[in-house]
Amino acid sequence: MTVISFTQPAERARYQEGAGAQAVPDSKPKVPRETAPAARAATEPAAKTALSLRGVSRRFGEKEVLKGIDLDIPEGQFVAIIGKSGCGKSTLLRLIAGLDDPSSGKLTLGTDGHAHRTRIMFQEPRLLPWARVADNVAVGLTGLSKGAEARETALSLLAEVGLKDRADEWPAVLSGGQRQRVALARALAAKPYLLALDEPLGALDALTRIEMQALLERIWRQEGFTAVLVTHDVAEALALADRVIVIDKGAVSLDLAIALPRPRRHGSADVAALEGRILAALFDEQDA
Amino acid sequence: MQKTGRSFLNNVTGWILPVLILIAWEAASRIGLISPNVLAAPSAVAEAFWRLLLSGELLQNIWISTLRALSGFAIGGAIGLVLGLANGLSSLSRNLTDTTLQMVRNIPHLALIPLVILWFGIDEEAKLFLVALGVFFPVYVNTLLGIQSVDPQLVEMGRVYGMSRSALFFRVILPGALPSIFVGLRYALGIMWLTLIVAETIAASSGLGYMAMQAREFLLLDVVVLSILIYALLGKLADSLARLLERQFLQWHPAFQPA
Ligand SMILES: Nc1ncnc2c1ncn2[C@@H]1O[C@H](COP(=O)(O)OP(=O)(O)OP(=O)(O)O)[C@@H](O)[C@H]1O
Ligand SMILES: [Mg+2]
Repeated sequence: MTVISFTQPAERARYQEGAGAQAVPDSKPKVPRETAPAARAATEPAAKTALSLRGVSRRFGEKEVLKGIDLDIPEGQFVAIIGKSGCGKSTLLRLIAGLDDPSSGKLTLGTDGHAHRTRIMFQEPRLLPWARVADNVAVGLTGLSKGAEARETALSLLAEVGLKDRADEWPAVLSGGQRQRVALARALAAKPYLLALDEPLGALDALTRIEMQALLERIWRQEGFTAVLVTHDVAEALALADRVIVIDKGAVSLDLAIALPRPRRHGSADVAALEGRILAALFDEQDA
Repeated sequence: MQKTGRSFLNNVTGWILPVLILIAWEAASRIGLISPNVLAAPSAVAEAFWRLLLSGELLQNIWISTLRALSGFAIGGAIGLVLGLANGLSSLSRNLTDTTLQMVRNIPHLALIPLVILWFGIDEEAKLFLVALGVFFPVYVNTLLGIQSVDPQLVEMGRVYGMSRSALFFRVILPGALPSIFVGLRYALGIMWLTLIVAETIAASSGLGYMAMQAREFLLLDVVVLSILIYALLGKLADSLARLLERQFLQWHPAFQPA
């Protein structure tokens, strides 16, 4: 249970303005929807809901991995999901991406007609080794366009991620970061309405990661899709997200709006303060 | 330019040893170290080759053997491929047939020769049956293995991106299984020649094996050696062809990429 306590109301107010953040006090056992309006308040009040989860649970056999998650994600929001290993982040993301169905509860994807435009980007690039880079990107256009048209789109997407000159190579000759960029281009090909990302940068080195974060942010701002990013990296979440959700033992334990101006600088004081709070929530410091 | 020069050199290097052996063999035969009753000299083999080539007998027999090999291979390989694909894709099909096939696989197909001669005599069917049976298993087993080892993450990716069943098969599953299928194919080619040699020496009235057996009766050692060499050459040719195809189809594979 995470309640951020402030010694004085004044300090609390200063904190919020300074860091641009609002805490959503978590009440056991779960966060009631009505008491968690902070995140929405941080975005346009009239924004349509891209995704809404109501009491979503997922069990594997005896084990209940997700326990009644309630969540609303407005259109265009960048949400980061953080949690300890094995807490159910990937499970939640697979539900969101429609790869799996909840055991109970309801999951509604925004406006109709967009449902098929959900894309997921995995921790591994999952490129087809036997298809050239451009053809791999064109996989993202399956059912939308073909042949020369698809190739043209693929090339422009590759240019977008800075790999236009590698279009006719095999994935095997690319570096890890480049492969992940191809995977990003593929995920973006269909102009997704919702992009779910499962630790897409987890396997990359620190420098490539920062580069990729900047790329991801730029493309997200340009395309305006709704993004749900699962990550282990608190700094990454703070660099990218409008809102950070901490999952603990299958439930939302912290729902924090991040209203820092973009582009964000790594290592600024505001970021450090927020980082401390998220880490506190992750390690349940207030619980003792 | 430099590259082709280097690969030419590599090719030449590989031939140095065989040529030396050939020269030594010829010399040993000439000075009587190897008796003509044990092994014919290379020159004698070359003479036999020329003689049989002119009479047309050689080409006739090569043609017959090749035809047998290829038709047996086509039949056995096709059945193996289809069953391998079916059992890799459908658990119903696998449950139905795999146990039976794995049991039959344990019978060495050459052990069936007496039975096959009883069934078919020494007609073409006997050879076709044996070759097809021998080729079937490596193709079947490796196709099945190839499909089962396709990365499930890639299959999931294909599904997420809305590939139809046929697109999933042709763009993800089949290419993923192809390296393994090629392994089976090359293994099957070896078995194909082996089976044919045995079948032709035991039960045939034409073909290379038959030619060798006839020559043995008349103590024509040069022809016997010639048949053996031609078998080796045909086997090598088939393998090279398979490698060529492999290189063509598996260009993407790191093992086949120019360094
Ligand atoms: N298909 C499945 N069958 C059974 N159990 C599963 C399955 N998928 C996930 N689980 C279990 O659910 C729990 C949560 O898994 P999940 O992959 O969602 O964790 P995670 O938060 O993504 O962890 P990580 O950060 O290590 O990726 C784990 O205990 C895992 O064993
Ligand atoms: Mg995970």
